[in-house]
Amino acid sequence: MSAPYLAAGLPQPAPAPDGLDAPYWEGLAKGELRLQRCRACGGWQWGPEWICHHCLSFDLGFEPVAPKGRIYSYERVWHPVHPALKDQGPYLVALVEVPQAGGVRLLGNLLGDPRQTVPFGAPVEGVFERHDHSDAPFTLLHWRLMG
Amino acid sequence: MNRTLRGSIAVAGVGETDYFKRGQSPDPEFKLALKAIMTACEDAGISPREVDGFASYSNDRNDPSRLAAALGCRELRFANMQWGGGGGGGSAAIGNAAAAIAGGLAECVVVFRALAQGQFGRFGQGPRRKAVFGEGAFAAPYGLMSPAQMFAMKVQRFLHEHGVGQEALRAISLAAYHHAQNNPRAVMHGRPLDEAAYDSSRWIVEPFHLYDCCLENDGAAAMVLVPAERAKDFPHVPAYLLGAAIGSHFRAGAPVHNAPDYATSTFKTLAPRLYEMAGVVPGDIDVLQSYENFTGGVLMSLVEHGFCPPEGCNDYFVKERFLAPDGDLPLNTSGGNLAECYMHGLGLNVEAVRQIRGQSSNQVPDAQVSMVISGPMVTPVSCCIFGSEAAL
Repeated sequence: MSAPYLAAGLPQPAPAPDGLDAPYWEGLAKGELRLQRCRACGGWQWGPEWICHHCLSFDLGFEPVAPKGRIYSYERVWHPVHPALKDQGPYLVALVEVPQAGGVRLLGNLLGDPRQTVPFGAPVEGVFERHDHSDAPFTLLHWRLMG
Repeated sequence: MNRTLRGSIAVAGVGETDYFKRGQSPDPEFKLALKAIMTACEDAGISPREVDGFASYSNDRNDPSRLAAALGCRELRFANMQWGGGGGGGSAAIGNAAAAIAGGLAECVVVFRALAQGQFGRFGQGPRRKAVFGEGAFAAPYGLMSPAQMFAMKVQRFLHEHGVGQEALRAISLAAYHHAQNNPRAVMHGRPLDEAAYDSSRWIVEPFHLYDCCLENDGAAAMVLVPAERAKDFPHVPAYLLGAAIGSHFRAGAPVHNAPDYATSTFKTLAPRLYEMAGVVPGDIDVLQSYENFTGGVLMSLVEHGFCPPEGCNDYFVKERFLAPDGDLPLNTSGGNLAECYMHGLGLNVEAVRQIRGQSSNQVPDAQVSMVISGPMVTPVSCCIFGSEAAL
């Protein structure tokens, strides 16, 4: 297994205590992207919420979505704001639009050379990064530009 | 019934503590708040015992009941906190206080903000917790934690959509540092900035260089608001509130960067409301204070308040335009959050009042209409316009 994109020691994601986003994290652990969709109107929304903002139904579920999208925005971070990143150097964070899920946007690191040019609108595919050896194992979804 | 705040209240007093680099205030935060309020009351020529209301924002920690007890206020009638973080509530707290006075809830309301980051920790650093959940779980593990990192994503998109260059951001920073050199209160007084120093400064997160980012400071600021009919009972020239607007656009708070209109300072729906209440147009604004958490937020704020079209930014954003006394639109004339003090933006409102009084260290001649834009890119945001008696 290749090394994680960012140095160890950053805050680790945990499912919300109220259960709202649990299906998302369970999906990632199984290598699947699951996003929230309304069973009443079919509308997508992200981040998850208890009510559908399209039709105001409470009947919401999570559906598997192909982890593909396109770059909506990105940033190259230089200044470390967390001790774990002290020796990291620059890194890329992307905001990815997912057309097959109503155009919702997801965050993630953009893998590859942190100094690469990042074209807006470029297609990207998801990469699942497992952290199995953490005391509370989790999986992150990252992105890389498609060939 | 014409529901408006226009001309209904006036600012009778303003006060600030000395401003310190973060962590360097000799006083704890609550004492800073008390000192700023005492100074504002002294400026208004009133006893703090006459204050009957307090309004603040951004989860200020200094409880109005404790303030009222400490100051011996005869009665507390209004204790208000504007929801939302960042500086988005600066002008909202003034609007809320004004609404309370105009609606008969209170007579003399202090708007205040106090910060001692040494005592309570910094804004510009990531969480130290081991686990994060909720919205943080979708961002912090990717190294997306600080305000600069959260807002760079919006600004990058805006610059891309409209072809705006780095020089436009630079002009905002240079104007702020220029003004700070004439302002002895400014933390960056005596620390001028030029193009070369900006260009060679390190990146924090693209597109923000070091000098695109606000300071982090300790201090406090306060303003005393009274009904307009009392405006002339005080020692200084009154600054009247012409208008205020608070809020955000459709689903601006959609989680994890999912606002449908994303690359915005959040002012598109506020600006028309503000101008309508104030009865002015952008061309009437004599001087502008626009909250700089980051220069990109100022750029988008000016666009959304109608000073320039998004496609025109590269031509519009030049330093000279923003300099007092002679520029077309003197901007952040105290040095603002970049170079005076990061008083969470309330210092900008104090400076706007100073301009109406003719007391700024970078005075705009004959300033009659003085605007403040508070807290771009967060939700809710707010903005307000002060005017002289002649502007009523």
